[in-house]
Amino acid sequence: MHSFLRDMLLYRRFEEAAEEAYAIGKIGGFCHLHIGQEAVALGMIGPLRQEDYVLTAYRDHTQALAKGVEAGPVMAELFGRAGGSALGKGGSMHIFGADVGFMGGHGIVGSQIPLATGIGWAIRYRGGDEVCVCFLGDAAVNQGAFWESLNMAAVWKLPVIYVVENNEYGMGTAFRRVSALPVVERAGGTGVPAHAVDGQDVLASWRLMERLVADVRSGAGPQYVDARTYRFKGHSMSDPVSGTYRSKEEVEGRKREDDPITRLRDRLLDAELLTKKELEAMDGEAREVVNEAVRFAGESPPPSPEELYSHAYAEINEHGRLFLDGRDR
Amino acid sequence: MEITTTRAMANITYREALNQALAEEMDRDETVFLMGEEVAEYDGAYKVSKGLLDRFGDRRVVDTPISELGFAGLGVGAAMVGLRPVIEFMTFNFSLLALDQVINSAAKMYYMSGGQISVPIVFRGPTGAALQLSAQHSQACASWYVHAPGVKVVTPATPADAKGLLKAAIRDKDPVAVMEGELLYNVKGEVPDPEDGDFVIPLGLADLKREGEDVSIITHGPTVHIALMAAQKLEKEGIEAEVVDLRSIRPLDVDTILASVRKTNRAVMLEEGWPFAGVGSQVVSIIQDEAFDDLDAPVVRVTQADVPMPYAKNLEQLAKPSADRVVDACNRVLYRS
Repeated sequence: MHSFLRDMLLYRRFEEAAEEAYAIGKIGGFCHLHIGQEAVALGMIGPLRQEDYVLTAYRDHTQALAKGVEAGPVMAELFGRAGGSALGKGGSMHIFGADVGFMGGHGIVGSQIPLATGIGWAIRYRGGDEVCVCFLGDAAVNQGAFWESLNMAAVWKLPVIYVVENNEYGMGTAFRRVSALPVVERAGGTGVPAHAVDGQDVLASWRLMERLVADVRSGAGPQYVDARTYRFKGHSMSDPVSGTYRSKEEVEGRKREDDPITRLRDRLLDAELLTKKELEAMDGEAREVVNEAVRFAGESPPPSPEELYSHAYAEINEHGRLFLDGRDR
Repeated sequence: MEITTTRAMANITYREALNQALAEEMDRDETVFLMGEEVAEYDGAYKVSKGLLDRFGDRRVVDTPISELGFAGLGVGAAMVGLRPVIEFMTFNFSLLALDQVINSAAKMYYMSGGQISVPIVFRGPTGAALQLSAQHSQACASWYVHAPGVKVVTPATPADAKGLLKAAIRDKDPVAVMEGELLYNVKGEVPDPEDGDFVIPLGLADLKREGEDVSIITHGPTVHIALMAAQKLEKEGIEAEVVDLRSIRPLDVDTILASVRKTNRAVMLEEGWPFAGVGSQVVSIIQDEAFDDLDAPVVRVTQADVPMPYAKNLEQLAKPSADRVVDACNRVLYRS
C-alpha cells in the first residue's frame, strides 16, 4: 500500500510540474491535467501485466506513467523535444509507449474505443491471453464509436475492459445535462456487463480490476466500468479550475472530501501503517523523480528539421512521390 | 507491366483478379484477414470475396454489423499490434462514416507515435458511379483519402492492375486505400497465371495504357477506359493520344507524368471525381510547376460536373465524364476547335 501512495504522489507531482512548465511557456498546445483522478489510473492499470495493453484519450500523462513509460520521456514529449516518448511529434495528447503496451493517448473523443476493440480482436485472433484496457471519458459514451465497439466486442467476446473515467464533465458540460442515463447504464443494450466503483478509492479500484482482468483473461468477454472520479483542475490549461460550469464551492468541497491521495494517506496514518516521516520521504522521492524528468526534458534538444518528414510513412516506396512538397526528402 | 514471362495469361474478370489477390495473400500470410459487411456468408456484396469463407474460415473472413466507423477502427487497432487487416467497405461512399478512423487514427498513428506504431491496413471496395444510383452512392472518393499524408491510394483500372496492386497494398507497411471501380468488376483482361509466380505491381508506378505523340490524357481508375475510347476516336482524325494511367495516386508517379507531357507538350487531365480540390487539380499544379516550359497549351480538365450525382438518366450522363468530352478537351489543347 506504500507503493500505491508513492505512485499516486508521483503522478500528482508530475502534473503539478507540468502545470508550472505550461505557465512559463515550456509546454505548448493543449494540456489536460489528471489531478484528482490518480486512483483510477493506478487502480485500473496496476493489476495489468506489461504485455497487456492500455489506450486512453487525451488526458493521458498519468496513465502512461502507470503503464510504465518513464517520466523523463513523457515530460520531454510535453516540452516537444527529441527525447520525448514520441520524439516530440505527439505532444501532451499523444503519449505512446508501445514497448510497455501503452498504445497511446488519442485526441478525438471516442476514437480510441474502436482501436482498443481491434487490439482485443488481435489478441483473440492470435489466441493470446492478454487484456486490453480502454480508458474513455464520460462524454465519449455519447459517441457512436462507443456503441459500435461494445456491440462488436460483445458479439465476438473480445478481451477488452472499457473504463469510463467518469469525472462528471465533458469539457464544460455536466454529463447529467446531456445524457439520458447515468454512465453505468450506458452499456445497457450491448450485453457487456457493467460495474461501478468509487474511483477515488484506489484499493476498491484495484480489487475490482484484479477480478475483471482475471475473468477477461479466462475468456469472460468484455467488461465495462464506471469509475467515479472528479478532476480538480480545469478541462485543460485554458480552462480555469472553476468557472461558468461548476462552482468554486463544488470544486473545493470535492478536493476536501474526495482526494484519492489524501484518502489513502489518512487511512494509512490512522491505521499506523505509515509515519509522517515516511510520508515526507516518499513525497521527496516523487519530487526528485519529477525534477529529474524536468531536467531531462529541458536538456533534450528540439527535434532536428530533418524529422519533419520522417515517420509520416513506415514504408517509403521505391517509385513515385509520397510528399508533394518533399522532393528532396 | 513488370512481367517478363512469355507464358500464357489467364483472361479473367476484375472481380476474379481481386479474389485471387486476396486468396493468395491470405494463403501466404496468416496475419491477413478480411472483414466487412457481407464479406463472408453472402460472398461479398459484389462477390469479390466469393469462396473465401469456405477456404479460410470465419476467423479470417468476418461479417460485421453495419458499423463502418467501428469495424474500420477495429481494423486499425488490429494493425497497430501487427495484424494485416483488409477492411472492405461495401462502397467507399459509406466509408465517409469511418473517415475519422482512416484520417485521424490510421494516417497519423505512425507519425504521432514517433515511429513506434505502424498501421499496415488495407481499406478496399468500390468507388465512383455505377448506373443511376444517384447522389449518395455515386462519388469518387480518392480525394477524401489522398488529401491526408500517411495514407496511400491506388485506383486500378484493369484486372491485372487490380490483382498486382491489391497484393502490394496488403504487403505495404502503411494504410492503403484500394479503390475499385464499381463498373469494372465484370471487365475482363489478361492476368498472369498464378502458376507463373507471384505477380505484384509496386505502388507508385504509372502505366502507359496507350502510347501517342500528340496529346497526353492523364487519368486513373474507371476513366482509363473512357480515355482509351477517346483515343480511338481521335485516332480516326489522325491524332495520336497517349493515355497515362496513374494507377497509384499516393505515391504519385510524377516522373511518368512529366515525361509524357514533355513528349506531347499537351495534356488533358481526366478523372471521375469532382473538380474542386480534386486529384486532377494537384496533377495540373505539378505540371505547371515542373513542366511549364514544355506546354504548348494550358492543361484542360475533364471531371464529374461539380454537382451531386443526379438520378435522371440524361442528367447523369451529362454529369459524368464521357469520351466525347475528352475528345473535345483534346481538341482544345490542340487548338483544333
